[in-house]
Amino acid sequence: MNQPIAEMSPHGKRWRQFRRNRLALTGAIVLALLVVVALAAPWLAPFDPYLGDLQHTRLLAPSGAHWVGTDEQGRDILSRLLFGARITLWIVSLVAVIAAPVGLLVGTLAGFAGGWVDTLLMRVTDLFLAFPRLILALALAAALGPGIGNAVIAIALTAWPPYARLARAETLLTARADFVRAARALGASPARILLRHLMPAALPSLVVRVTLDMAGIILTAAGLGFLGLGAQPPSPEWGAMIAGGRAFVLDQWWVAAAPGAAIFVVSMAFNLLGDGLRDVLDPKSAD
Amino acid sequence: MKRRALLGAGSAAVLAAPALVRAAPPPRDLLVQAMAFDDVLSLDPAESFEVASSEVLGNTCERLLRFDLDDPSRLVGVLARDWRLGADGRSYRFELAEGLRFASGNALTAEDVVFSLARAVRLDKAPAFILNQLGLSKDRLGSALAQDGPLALSLQTSEAFAPSFVLNCLTAIVASVLDKRLLLAHEVDGDLGHAWARRSHAGSGPFALRDWRANEILTLDRNEHFHGPRPALARVIYWHVKEATSQRLMLVKGDVDVARNLTPQDLDALAGAPELRITATPKGGLYYIGLNQKNPVLAKPEVREALKWLVDYDALGATLIRHIGRPWQNFLPQGIFGASLAAPFHQDIARARALLGKAGVPDGFELTMDVRSTQPDQGMAEAFQQWAARAGLRISLLPGDGKQTLTRYRARKHDLYLGDWSVDYWDPQSNAGAFAYNIDNSEHPATKPLAWRNAWDIPGLSHETLAALMERDDERRRADYERLQDEFRRSAPFVILCQQTQVAALRREVQGYRLGPTSDTNGLAPVSKLGGGVA
Amino acid sequence: MRTALRFVLGTLLTLLGLLAVTFFIGRVVPVDPALAVAGDRATEAQLATVREAMGLNRPLYVQFGRYLRDVAHGDLGQSILTANPVGEDIARVFPATLELATAGIVIGVVCGVPLGVWAALRRGRAVDQAVRVTGLLGYSVPIFWLGMMALVLFYVRLGWVAGPGRIDLAYYYAVPRVTGLLVVDGLLAGNLAAVRSALAHLALPALLLGYFSLAYISRMTRSFMLAELKKEYVMAARGRGVSEARVVWRHALRNAAVPLVTVVALSYAGLLEGSVLTETVFSWPGLGQYITNALQNADMNAVLGGTLVVGSVFIVFNLVADLLYRALDPRVR
Repeated sequence: MNQPIAEMSPHGKRWRQFRRNRLALTGAIVLALLVVVALAAPWLAPFDPYLGDLQHTRLLAPSGAHWVGTDEQGRDILSRLLFGARITLWIVSLVAVIAAPVGLLVGTLAGFAGGWVDTLLMRVTDLFLAFPRLILALALAAALGPGIGNAVIAIALTAWPPYARLARAETLLTARADFVRAARALGASPARILLRHLMPAALPSLVVRVTLDMAGIILTAAGLGFLGLGAQPPSPEWGAMIAGGRAFVLDQWWVAAAPGAAIFVVSMAFNLLGDGLRDVLDPKSAD
Repeated sequence: MKRRALLGAGSAAVLAAPALVRAAPPPRDLLVQAMAFDDVLSLDPAESFEVASSEVLGNTCERLLRFDLDDPSRLVGVLARDWRLGADGRSYRFELAEGLRFASGNALTAEDVVFSLARAVRLDKAPAFILNQLGLSKDRLGSALAQDGPLALSLQTSEAFAPSFVLNCLTAIVASVLDKRLLLAHEVDGDLGHAWARRSHAGSGPFALRDWRANEILTLDRNEHFHGPRPALARVIYWHVKEATSQRLMLVKGDVDVARNLTPQDLDALAGAPELRITATPKGGLYYIGLNQKNPVLAKPEVREALKWLVDYDALGATLIRHIGRPWQNFLPQGIFGASLAAPFHQDIARARALLGKAGVPDGFELTMDVRSTQPDQGMAEAFQQWAARAGLRISLLPGDGKQTLTRYRARKHDLYLGDWSVDYWDPQSNAGAFAYNIDNSEHPATKPLAWRNAWDIPGLSHETLAALMERDDERRRADYERLQDEFRRSAPFVILCQQTQVAALRREVQGYRLGPTSDTNGLAPVSKLGGGVA
Repeated sequence: MRTALRFVLGTLLTLLGLLAVTFFIGRVVPVDPALAVAGDRATEAQLATVREAMGLNRPLYVQFGRYLRDVAHGDLGQSILTANPVGEDIARVFPATLELATAGIVIGVVCGVPLGVWAALRRGRAVDQAVRVTGLLGYSVPIFWLGMMALVLFYVRLGWVAGPGRIDLAYYYAVPRVTGLLVVDGLLAGNLAAVRSALAHLALPALLLGYFSLAYISRMTRSFMLAELKKEYVMAARGRGVSEARVVWRHALRNAAVPLVTVVALSYAGLLEGSVLTETVFSWPGLGQYITNALQNADMNAVLGGTLVVGSVFIVFNLVADLLYRALDPRVR
């Protein structure tokens, strides 16, 4: 790692720059931990997250036996948090996997094609952008019924428009670049140009944007869970856990505080990471 | 440097300012109740059926009679001074008290009573069935109801029902006496004043509706023309606060006098507070689980019984429904005439397993359970889910909001349904007719009682229920209901979980506040407040 | 002129799409709306009557057509929950949300902009990091939980603010509703005690929302300021001997304020939505609570009406932001 900077590849340089940003690094580490914990939940969790003893282990304060206490059904909260990490990861990944490619495709297509295709696609984008994310999710969840799947669909449907706009803006710049013009002159098919040149060019800012969005997506999912429209009991989704604990927030504060803290930590980690990535990958928009 | 000082001074001022605002506790003649009343849809007694609206109408309108809060089997006249039943068992005659007035100032006569009852039947909204079942139907109105004089009227029922049944039906909100002149003055397109009455007031009760902003506030003012003892309170405000925690905070701070929707935990925490007290009354409502008999596994008698041995009533009573309910196993809630106190079931997982084995499903099976996503419904569902898991039953919950789950339930699309059911009027027929009566198990019956919703085909039992309704001898009627409940416990596709308790936490200054067994018997007239408060 | 016309047309099209989507969603709801109106005890015959009256038996496109025609006349239908015209209901509840969001954005700007400037001036140093983290904190925490905790701390334990609700009951009927913004109405009525009460109730939820928007605003301010401070006129001014304070506050910030307005506009729209969760905690009778209630009770007219209003506000704000962005950034043209 003591290569002279001048000799480092652009990636190497970026990595070094990223490493310097302590906060972003913290974010990355936290998220890595999240993935590890989520995957290892069955081995890490001290108790079964779905079983509790109503009569004997209900609403116990944090102690040696139950590090974060127990909830209103007598279930160990720590175990539920660990398993809930899986759900959070699942939601976040699904939304990213659905929304980002859709947004990328729509945006690059619109920017590249121009004309009425552009107008049409942007009109559709604007329509979905016009929707208040949470309220649309509320409406969809009410229509389709509560559940993680529907919540993911609802969130993804409102998450992609900003990516489309971003991708389009990037595409409009890149399309004028020399190498693209050259490729066109050489007779490369539009699909090839899209896939090989335009989309990759839009990726960096898209990645940054998606990462930064993740925090908001987690909060939206938690909000839906809080309103009872996300994962259903006894599923240990963090937002639903807060809803379950909201009746006890004065006396048994840990029931709602623990999942709230978990959401906060993960959300914060995404924000820090996204910030760091933006500094590194997209210096234009940074300082 | 200077800027920082300025900032410091500014922030101090901003932080201090709110402290200068001290919310004064409500003055002495104003009662403020924090309550979630988003279920108020209409304030027309001919239409309204919800819990919160019933409470309001119970205070703004009056009926011919009411039952005694201390002894619900005893009926007391309110607008009626006296009543008599003819020898044929079908002719009732009522005499009204003299000098009665509505809040509008208009005199209250037998004409208004006849008009109000006929109006409820003609408008034919949801609660009309209570009058219909007495034989007051649109085509019979002319012969069934008649005014005999300015203060006398007669009522002819279609059959010789048990008199307690008939009279109890007349204590229901739908039988409220409304101001005929006022309603007709606001009539539009022959709607008998319905559109106006939904949001206004035409009664004679101790309080009159002053303002109703949906999901925000509902204000009642003292009726200065009230014929009874003048209420001590000049105004009662229902303040819509959805969060139980918010209600509790406001109560503790003194911003409200009464909090109505507190949870068991809240009530536990407040139990020791010297400035508060808690009042509770068993309500005519039950929580139950319905087993859809269209599901072939649930139709097996052993399975039906097995589910009844899963419930840990002790744990339920000690935790999830503490203060707000009590374990119960019969379809007649305590306080209703003929309610059985027998409670043979307790948690016995081994027994449940054995029964499932006998039924041919020793390894358990999968089920879904529809439940409203509120508490305590959802908590009870989750607990039942866990108990069932120990016997090998794998239940997945389908929480939904009230109307969603109801739609599915009425379409018989469920496996299990956990919900609540309250009596519509204070007579055993109300619940018997729901739980133990189903004469038409087809897909399109005229009505959908709970027994129908769970596809429980019971021609024999329905016959018994009808017979109990007609039994005029009290002792024999009581025995009838005892038998019905025995059979119900044995074979019904229902697991009764608990009876609801109406509970309120109030500040000690509030006197005379008492909750009745139904929402329309939460009287505000006797309530007053001691000292305190800046007017 | 033509561009403006295109924008207006585009906006109208978007609005139509909005209506179509909400209408469609509303019809997919697995709740029998007739049931919601008539109640659980209604007979089948009664339900059939209600269905007929609500026009639910007509084909979908006929219903949608009727709806469009009604909206054009300003008739958003009748709410089954309140028995009022939906338009009337929304007019009643919207000002509450407006008041909350406005107070929130004011706090967000008043606190966020100076913080952003400060961070820009001390770039890279501890202060910069602190500002960033503080902002991100507000953006990462579940707002309903924070609201509940804040209520316990500031209302119950410290008594610094008033509790749930918009105003003390003592003044509830004392202030005639003119604009629906209680602070303004109180001032108009000359009732200072009522104004103080309204402010005391507004303080906490507004602070919460303000904190939420703080992150984005301070961050953007920092970015714009840094961009401005690099420009030549700044160096020129410094060279001329203009004081640092003037350079920063009068010149750089003035220029940064232009794109900043875009950010504020988008934040504001976001706060309107964020109030959905806050309103429940604080018993704030605004549009958020209205829509949530309506959804839970299958009050379709209210849902469509409410979503239409919020969506329209969003569209307008997006339009404004879009126009400003185009005006400033020639690259995008």
